[in-house]
Amino acid sequence: MTVSLSINSISAHYGKTTVLQDLSLSVGAGELVSLLGSSGCGKTTTLRLVAGFLQPTSGTIKLGDRDLTTLPAHARDIGLVFQNYALFPHLTVLENVAFGLKQRRMATQERQQKAGAMLERVGLSGLGDRLPGALSGGQKQRVALARALVIEPPLLMFDEPLSNLDAKLRVDMRVEIRQLQRANGTTSLYVTHDQEEAFSISDRVAIMNAGRIMQLDTPEVLYRKPANSFVARFVGFENLLPLRAIQREGVLVTAEGSGGARIALSQEDFGPIPDSFVLGCRADGLSVQREGNGLSAVLGTRTYLGRAYQYQCTTPAGDIVANGALSEPLAAGSAAVLAPVPEQCCILTPEK
Amino acid sequence: MTKSVHPALIALTACIFLFLLAPLVIIIGAAFSDTTYLTFPPQGLTLRWFSNIFQIEAFRTTAITSLQLAFLGTALSLLIGIPAAYAISRYRVELPRWLSTLFVLPILVPEIVFGFSLMKSITIGLGLPIFPSLLIGHALLVLPYSVRVVSASLASFDFSIEEAAISLGCPPLKTFLTVVLPNIRAGVIAAFILAFITSINDVSVSVFLTGPGISTLPIQILAHMEQFFDPTIASVSVLLMLVTVAVMAIVEATLGLTFLTK
Repeated sequence: MTVSLSINSISAHYGKTTVLQDLSLSVGAGELVSLLGSSGCGKTTTLRLVAGFLQPTSGTIKLGDRDLTTLPAHARDIGLVFQNYALFPHLTVLENVAFGLKQRRMATQERQQKAGAMLERVGLSGLGDRLPGALSGGQKQRVALARALVIEPPLLMFDEPLSNLDAKLRVDMRVEIRQLQRANGTTSLYVTHDQEEAFSISDRVAIMNAGRIMQLDTPEVLYRKPANSFVARFVGFENLLPLRAIQREGVLVTAEGSGGARIALSQEDFGPIPDSFVLGCRADGLSVQREGNGLSAVLGTRTYLGRAYQYQCTTPAGDIVANGALSEPLAAGSAAVLAPVPEQCCILTPEK
Repeated sequence: MTKSVHPALIALTACIFLFLLAPLVIIIGAAFSDTTYLTFPPQGLTLRWFSNIFQIEAFRTTAITSLQLAFLGTALSLLIGIPAAYAISRYRVELPRWLSTLFVLPILVPEIVFGFSLMKSITIGLGLPIFPSLLIGHALLVLPYSVRVVSASLASFDFSIEEAAISLGCPPLKTFLTVVLPNIRAGVIAAFILAFITSINDVSVSVFLTGPGISTLPIQILAHMEQFFDPTIASVSVLLMLVTVAVMAIVEATLGLTFLTK
């Protein structure tokens, strides 16, 4: 049974503060969508609204053709995995996993057998008699996962499930979560502040800021073609240069920025370039060279990144972070040009 | 490996223990004295003051009243105190700060004032009979202990556990009973013991609320002392000490004493 989740223009308030403003989002059947953003962006609020722990001030939430908006939390039938595991400390691992089945009035023997099978699936067979206190963090999160999955919910939600685990385990667990989610085909909503985690695990990612979704797309599109400067900065376009096209010759466009800084861009590499635009560049998107075609700059502090040198550069258009080849270390104070690398740059429309 | 302890520290500790325990030793001694007045060191040795307790009807009836008040009053205070503590901890952000202070007011107000105002309001104002008045008084007197101790244990309770249970299909009230309560059990038991001991020892509130025919054991002890300054009082005190020691021994045997300080 796979159904889709649709959130239709919900708003939420804490007292007088608006936490969510007209947020709409749909998660297709069997799809895993992540809500990504820094703390306070509204991602956890969204999850808690869907779970039923908070009430929206307006809007509706539907799961398949079931309207969840006014349904009490315990009747929503959603599997939840928490950041701090939230296992029942007074129940054994097996009882923890069987808890949801018990609420569904399944016979003792059947639910123990089912919970046991689920424990086996998450690689914890043999630990059923332990209390949660005797488990490691990774094991606890597996129990939490088993407990949420065993009730076969139409929707699974994860609230920063890996934040309390160490780096190595985090990577292993996210692969495992993805495999289980795929195998069951469960529609899932995943909340995280970790970009790598969101991009690696999701079909689509919603980047959130100040209670709104800034862009909802596949990780590939978000990474290459951010829709606005917020998303661009979020996915690592460190330098945002507002520019104006002042001359067009065939595919070549010469653009000018503040302070008279000039740069030539080819529409063959960058796609159509409007008259007024913002050039987003990762540090790798501007290659620091002694000479050539590019933005002229004076180099500042150089740091060693292992794969390249990174320079703090001063240009007429402002301060810029750019990388240069290891083969050609340049001294601080020397003049250089910053040549654009199209694959590491993006063209954005300026915001009012 | 043993740590060396400074002799002065040992001496100081000994003095503190002496200071704390000496009055008790004197009471115990006096309880066995074969004289008709309280004296220490005891002169002669007798158990007749202990048997005297049981011959005085008032000691028996007031002891029963005290126990009834302690059990019912404590139970009543927990019935109000547990939900109150829960609400204060759960909705810490939403609820006003002064609410938790409100529940400790009975300890902050001088007990004499508290007892007197209770007499004015319940006994005189509402015209309630003596036992219900006493029960309300004791429940209010120990309510701060119930709220504070249960709150302390809820402070380390992770409310996402409650949300986990609800998300798995467990309705809120059932979640409270089957998930929250078992995890704050220690706090509830500690609150019960503290409240019980406070109630059974209370004088200043009870003295305003007792009346003809109904009294509590501590009040009866005072009344007896005004009339007869004999060692009966000392033997009652020894019995009360034994009861307290017994309660503590049960706690130690079942839960461990450190649990009261958790």
